[in-house]
Amino acid sequence: MSTPVTRVIVIRNEQGLHARPADMFVKLANQFNARIVLVRDNYRVEARNIMDLLTLGAGPGTELVLEAYGDDAQQAVEALAQLVESGFPKEDAENEQSQAEGE
Amino acid sequence: MKFSDFICKNAIRTQLEADQKEAVIRAMTKSLLEAGRINEKDYESIVEAILKREELGSTGIGRGVAVPHTKHPSIDKLIGTVAISDQGVDFESLDGEKVHLLFLLVSPPDRPGDHLRALENISRQLRDDTFCRFLKQSKKPEDVWQLLEEADANKFGS
Repeated sequence: MSTPVTRVIVIRNEQGLHARPADMFVKLANQFNARIVLVRDNYRVEARNIMDLLTLGAGPGTELVLEAYGDDAQQAVEALAQLVESGFPKEDAENEQSQAEGE
Repeated sequence: MKFSDFICKNAIRTQLEADQKEAVIRAMTKSLLEAGRINEKDYESIVEAILKREELGSTGIGRGVAVPHTKHPSIDKLIGTVAISDQGVDFESLDGEKVHLLFLLVSPPDRPGDHLRALENISRQLRDDTFCRFLKQSKKPEDVWQLLEEADANKFGS
């Protein structure tokens, strides 16, 4: 397979890569043709599967390597890195809202 | 984190009768109530919080597994339970499959790390097909507990 486009990304949101952000990540990844892999240390998972992403156990501050293979690898990496590095903004907004309503 | 760190043994249920999402979430929350892990007065608000979370996106994460969950201020330590459905539950899963294995989690609002580690443990263990199959075949809560203990002792792969 061709050389991947890679980028080191850091989980920024307080909750880490739990179910909601993992869902958002997969949905965005699915908009690209590229094969996308996330690596934590030497542990690698395919980024199209929520359950696989959850096995990363990536809390805030965790460094992951994003790898993408294929024609639109560059665009995929840009978009996914942006989603992660911006701390899954939509998710946090919903979270704060549900917290406020729950109390 | 191990299953025995957060799964309440006495709240495990097998051969679930409920086959709709809300009824299953109610039954599982009730099992935590019956096991004495949540208070009667908090039952309804916990159920509602879990249902509200489901509205943001199903926690049916694929391969017949769902992880309904919420934070709740009445809880001071992460608790969870397991339910097995033979006929499968319509959970609006992301892969469209019915759900047979359910892990319900309730966590304190200020401990996102514990919740994340519980999800990590559940998803890592469930990647093992043998573990999944044995869990689905469990007829009694004791069988489920034994499998969880075996998983905690790393008897399954990955």
